[in-house]
Amino acid sequence: MKKTLEINGKAVEFNGEKNLLEVIRKENIDLPTFCYHSELSIYGACRLCVVEVDGRGVQASCSLAPESGMKVRTNTEQLRNLRKIYIELLLASYNHDCPTCAKNNNCKLQELAYKLGVREIRFKRNQEQLPVDNSSHALLRDSNKCILCGDCVRACEEIQGIGAIDFAFRGAKSVVSPAFGKGLSHIDCVDCGQCSRVCPTGAIVPKSEVAEVWKAIEDNSKVVVAQIAPAVRVAIGEEFGYKSGTIVTGQLIAALKMLGFDKVFDSSFTADLTVIEEANEFIERKTKNENLPLFTSCCPAWVKYVEQYFPEYLHNLSTCRSPQQMFGSIAKSILPDLLGKKREDIVVVSIMPCTAKKVEARRPEFSTDGLQDVDYVLTTQELANMIKQVGIKFENLSPEAFDLPLGFKTGAGVLFGNSGGVSEAVLRYAYEKISGQILDNVDFKEVRGKNAIRETSIQINGQMINLCIIHGLKNAKNIVKQIQNGEKHYDLIEVMACPGGCIGGAGQPVYYDEETRNNRTKGIYDCDKMLQLHKSQENPYVADLYKNILKEPNSEVAHHLLHTQYKSKKRIKEGAMELITSDSSKLQVSVCVGTNCFIKGSQEILKKLINYVEQNNLTDVVDIKANFCMENCDEGPSVTVGDKLIKKCSAESAIRTLEALVSQIA
Amino acid sequence: MLKSLDELKEIAVKYNNSSNILKKRVIVCAGTGCVANGSLKIYNQLVKKIKEAGIDCIVELKMEESNESKILVSESGCQGFCQMGPLVTIEPDGIHYVKVKVEDVQEIVNHTLVLGKPIDRLLYVDPLTGEHCVHTQDIRFYNRQSRKVLGLCGHINPSDIHEYIAKNGYQAVFKALTEMTDKDICEEITYAGLRGRGGGGFPTGRKWELTRIQKSEKKYVICNGDEGDPGAFMDRSVMEGNPHSVIEGMIIAAKAIGADEGYIYVRTEYPFAVRRLKIAVKQAEELGLLGENIMGTGFNFKLHVMEGAGAFVCGEETALMSSIEGKRGMPKPKPPFPAQSGLFGKPTVINNVETLASVPQIILYGAKEFRSCGTENSPGTKTFALTGHVANTGLIEVPFGSTIREIVYNIGGGVTLSDGTISSNGLKAVQIGGPSGGCLTTEHMDMPLDFDSLSGIGAMVGSGGLVVMNKDTCMVKMAHFFMQFTQNESCGKCIPCREGTKQMLALLEDIIEGRATGETLDILEELAKAVQKGSLCGLGKTAPNPVLSMMTQFREEYEAHVIQKKCPAKQCKALLSPQIIPEKCKGCGLCVKVCPVNAISGVRKEAHYINEELCIKCGACLETCRLNAIVGV
Amino acid sequence: MSSHNGDSLPVRKFEKVCEILKSYNYDSTKLIPILQTIQEEYRYLPEDVMIFVASSLDISPAKLYGVATFYAHFALEPKGKYVIKVCDGTACHVKGSNPVVEAIELKLGLNDKKHTTDDLLFTLEKVSCLGACGLAPVVVINEDVYSQVNPQTIVEIIDKIITMENNNAQVA
Repeated sequence: MKKTLEINGKAVEFNGEKNLLEVIRKENIDLPTFCYHSELSIYGACRLCVVEVDGRGVQASCSLAPESGMKVRTNTEQLRNLRKIYIELLLASYNHDCPTCAKNNNCKLQELAYKLGVREIRFKRNQEQLPVDNSSHALLRDSNKCILCGDCVRACEEIQGIGAIDFAFRGAKSVVSPAFGKGLSHIDCVDCGQCSRVCPTGAIVPKSEVAEVWKAIEDNSKVVVAQIAPAVRVAIGEEFGYKSGTIVTGQLIAALKMLGFDKVFDSSFTADLTVIEEANEFIERKTKNENLPLFTSCCPAWVKYVEQYFPEYLHNLSTCRSPQQMFGSIAKSILPDLLGKKREDIVVVSIMPCTAKKVEARRPEFSTDGLQDVDYVLTTQELANMIKQVGIKFENLSPEAFDLPLGFKTGAGVLFGNSGGVSEAVLRYAYEKISGQILDNVDFKEVRGKNAIRETSIQINGQMINLCIIHGLKNAKNIVKQIQNGEKHYDLIEVMACPGGCIGGAGQPVYYDEETRNNRTKGIYDCDKMLQLHKSQENPYVADLYKNILKEPNSEVAHHLLHTQYKSKKRIKEGAMELITSDSSKLQVSVCVGTNCFIKGSQEILKKLINYVEQNNLTDVVDIKANFCMENCDEGPSVTVGDKLIKKCSAESAIRTLEALVSQIA
Repeated sequence: MLKSLDELKEIAVKYNNSSNILKKRVIVCAGTGCVANGSLKIYNQLVKKIKEAGIDCIVELKMEESNESKILVSESGCQGFCQMGPLVTIEPDGIHYVKVKVEDVQEIVNHTLVLGKPIDRLLYVDPLTGEHCVHTQDIRFYNRQSRKVLGLCGHINPSDIHEYIAKNGYQAVFKALTEMTDKDICEEITYAGLRGRGGGGFPTGRKWELTRIQKSEKKYVICNGDEGDPGAFMDRSVMEGNPHSVIEGMIIAAKAIGADEGYIYVRTEYPFAVRRLKIAVKQAEELGLLGENIMGTGFNFKLHVMEGAGAFVCGEETALMSSIEGKRGMPKPKPPFPAQSGLFGKPTVINNVETLASVPQIILYGAKEFRSCGTENSPGTKTFALTGHVANTGLIEVPFGSTIREIVYNIGGGVTLSDGTISSNGLKAVQIGGPSGGCLTTEHMDMPLDFDSLSGIGAMVGSGGLVVMNKDTCMVKMAHFFMQFTQNESCGKCIPCREGTKQMLALLEDIIEGRATGETLDILEELAKAVQKGSLCGLGKTAPNPVLSMMTQFREEYEAHVIQKKCPAKQCKALLSPQIIPEKCKGCGLCVKVCPVNAISGVRKEAHYINEELCIKCGACLETCRLNAIVGV
Repeated sequence: MSSHNGDSLPVRKFEKVCEILKSYNYDSTKLIPILQTIQEEYRYLPEDVMIFVASSLDISPAKLYGVATFYAHFALEPKGKYVIKVCDGTACHVKGSNPVVEAIELKLGLNDKKHTTDDLLFTLEKVSCLGACGLAPVVVINEDVYSQVNPQTIVEIIDKIITMENNNAQVA
């Protein structure tokens, strides 16, 4: 049956829309909102989507179900005034130094203030200044610009399943805050930046490294080389008036050259390399049937997530470094000879769609002799700002080509920008390697698609390979839990933290609609189509690299340069809970009560230790602490007695060690 | 474990028999107010002194026949007349003592308990007539009320379930579980016309029916005891004084909607209510009136008592449910309504304490009896907390349709003026419904109070706070006071409430501090309406009520503040310029010493003067002058 | 933590928390009663305990922090035995409440960020007008009102309290 309601006097059909707001927007009336995102739950706080409903008065349309016969008005004097006054109230309370804000021109508050005709602020500006959280290398959080719409809180919880930030305090004192008001770098944040992507104002933005990059460019002793991630080329055009998804690789290279980059390379080159390394790793694991499913490791947010939440699955992560880090490692190994420069004078700058890459580049394992393999990471947004800063007319530039050898790639390497891309690229390699046959149709449509969880099985040579492709860490968490429970069995799991994969990263130009993301996805697949080669194994420069340096996939030198190891990480940095006394002259015993050790019974150990110490009158010589995470989760429960770390500890072994050490002291 | 109505009635008969033959019964009010004034010490002293007098003193009634020579000393819940506490009542004589002290106990024992004579000085004296009132029913504060929900409060011992059973308690549950279907119960409550006592006045029967028709394996009943309105304490009194009536109402609600689990959410500031409810739940469980297979009927109902943690907004139903779920108490948009998706996403009925406590009587005595008082659309009675400038403050219960005149002048005993005298015409306004309500003026004196008449003039029954204000009250300061409260309690979720109340408070401050202009009033009004229209929950939607209603009723007073920069009630210090009346000033110099800015000067023993340019209008000199030679103008 | 006020040492702090969690069946929906019970135990909600509670209940620490800060009943910092309120209303301000605040901060080693002494004896709070302008500057310590204080007298008052506390501790 047809259902209709009336919007501004016009009969409108509706069918299955979640709420009245969707029906209204479908009628080409763009009611303003801050807190409404189709991908997040309904929050109902900004009250901008108010409408008048006959018989019900003023209602927020986001939280009203459409009903037959409803008479709705969206544009009355009362509604216009209400929306204006709410914006006016926000402007009075929050920092709106628009010209100097990173979100200038992309800010919804700014846009709505203008659109809704707010031309004066009649209220007192009486919000006290709050400190800016500068602690993270990925993100900058300025609560003074926060309008408390909660989009970031819901993105973190509902997309990533982390809840690193939440509302704290109440009323006019409300803030969005990490636990205990700590900095983002001290908590369980995985740096994905989805909070900043959904933020309608400049309250959470990617941290800029533009100034450092300028400095490097201007330093004549340095050679500054850029690597461009696949997802950047289909999105940066949006900043210069192109439709989303337009491929602007050539202009991008030209612009980078104009900015003063000495060489411009492609992360897709090392993505090809990743494919070969990871596919071989996968085939080996599959053959030996160990450490399956293989978890992809290209997404640094996912890697950090596993390190923090699933330490028992660290061995499942591919040991391959991400394409960004493989690039850094290879560039710093071969470019000194190629360019006749010292290693320390080569500066590698990544152009990434991602905020987590900034933190990845700083991981200690990705430094050689104290120098980072990748020196700076710019987001797509930051690069667009640099281009605008110097007045380059991007749209008029003639396309230029990547430099060789690290600028040559196949379509497989470009696919990494999309969710499902890594899997598809690996399949293109693995198919030929396992079957020994040539793969004619390179498209694996099974792994493509918009669903956040995609399962598929592919048969190669009679062998079934079960894959699961996921975006969003919350979905990943659910899948891993199902694996844990034995409900699911896969061979390969690809996880990208951001919706749609890297093309939906938080470093990309600001977007609020799904269409933009879909266009970018299409752009990546188009890119693959337009290239001549589609399989990583066909990349001649990669082949050269193996011939000259790496020898063969997963060789020792490949391991040294291209692989890494993972370590469990604690979620919150803080001290231990003192249980008996705090006196450093005593023998220190500390029992890990982090989640993982806790599940494995560390509480019982602790209890027995305290009993033992008290019963034997050792409180004067022994200090017992409960420690939150010793970062040995995969081998918990962990207990340290003095300097000695006991892994997989039992109460008995802890007491034995303690006895021995105490008798030594005595 | 009780298995039948007969067993229940047997307890009632036995208990009443044992109680009726008692020599005397002394009831000491142990409501929060009386406890704060030391009533527990009086209780202990009574027990001690009665024993010393060689009388058999018991503190708990045992169901036996040898009670003739015994005196029972028992605690009761709040008796309502808190201002006169500690209160002690002696039955069966019905002698009512007020403001009792520990030192009075010996005399009470000797005179009243042994000789049966009242002690004059402990009796309540009517301030208007000077008459000494021996019995509770002689006191106008009580005899003009009709106490139904509060009926047993102050009479029975809330910690003894047998007393409640003796007064026909839990018979309504038995009737509901055995003689009525879920639909019957909803219809009976609907027919009774019971409306939510927590504020909005939504028909309770309809709410139950909406929840009843939901198909769900799990449903919940919640009792909202998060009474946070400053100056309202009727729910507290019911929970403290007659907890079983609330529990009984909840069991009936559970049967009506098909729920098997419930929560009573009590604010943490009510420790006595929490304690007595927990005792009551335990006793009811022991008798098989709660838990599995209630009275052998096969009906199950598990009841939890949960303490709040200090957030006024949790009185809002969706916020309250978030709080039970262990989250921040932030309201959610409605729909979905709790009837569809409430606690843990399940259909839920949430009612206020007084509403639920009214239920057993409706079921037991019938809807018709309930409708016999009150008005057509607001049947029954309503409790109010009467406070402010009124002679008798305390908790009262009157039928809907009573007038302000009746409440303030008869029950309340008149308006108190600033000099302490009681007047029969000094009323300026009555704020009804606390920070969500509005104000009534002398022109509303004879308007029958009910849900509809009040909402018609921009006020509301609200939680039932009645603050009486005399002529010396500044209506801007009152509005500011309520605004400060709601602003402080806003949860911070939606823009209109979080930002709007903050700015409304700032605008009111401007008016009080003399910084406002005529435009301020326009902005304040516009903003107040925007907050009212657009806020997410009831707290925000009603927060502007006091301001809007005071601005409407007392427009001239607001204009005086912003245009003439004067506070007619002379309460806003910044608008008062202290002036020295030369004829009265003896030049003692006290004011010179206290003036923080050295604005006062003068020759000793001669009239001083104030330098207006230096004066910061702090009022210190006004307070210091012993000769009343300094006045604010 | 100091044992200045005679509190017993937190010997079984962790075990106590585990007991509390267990008594609520590690049910995250019982977070509010859990925090209430913990606060009864420690007089406030220590950060380390809360992190442990969050991980035991499998909720994010930020969410727990959000709950703990939402409700007025929960205290995240221990307050001192003596709460010193310095009036910062107009009159007191003009009459020199700032030097008084500075003197207290200097005396007790407090500052803008640190309001409570390490021995949990004193907490310093600046409050808006207490309505006693004639007595300016006014300081209220717990229930006692001190009028017309200056930097010297306030230090004397604090010294008196400290002496009294020390004597009590010796007697105990």
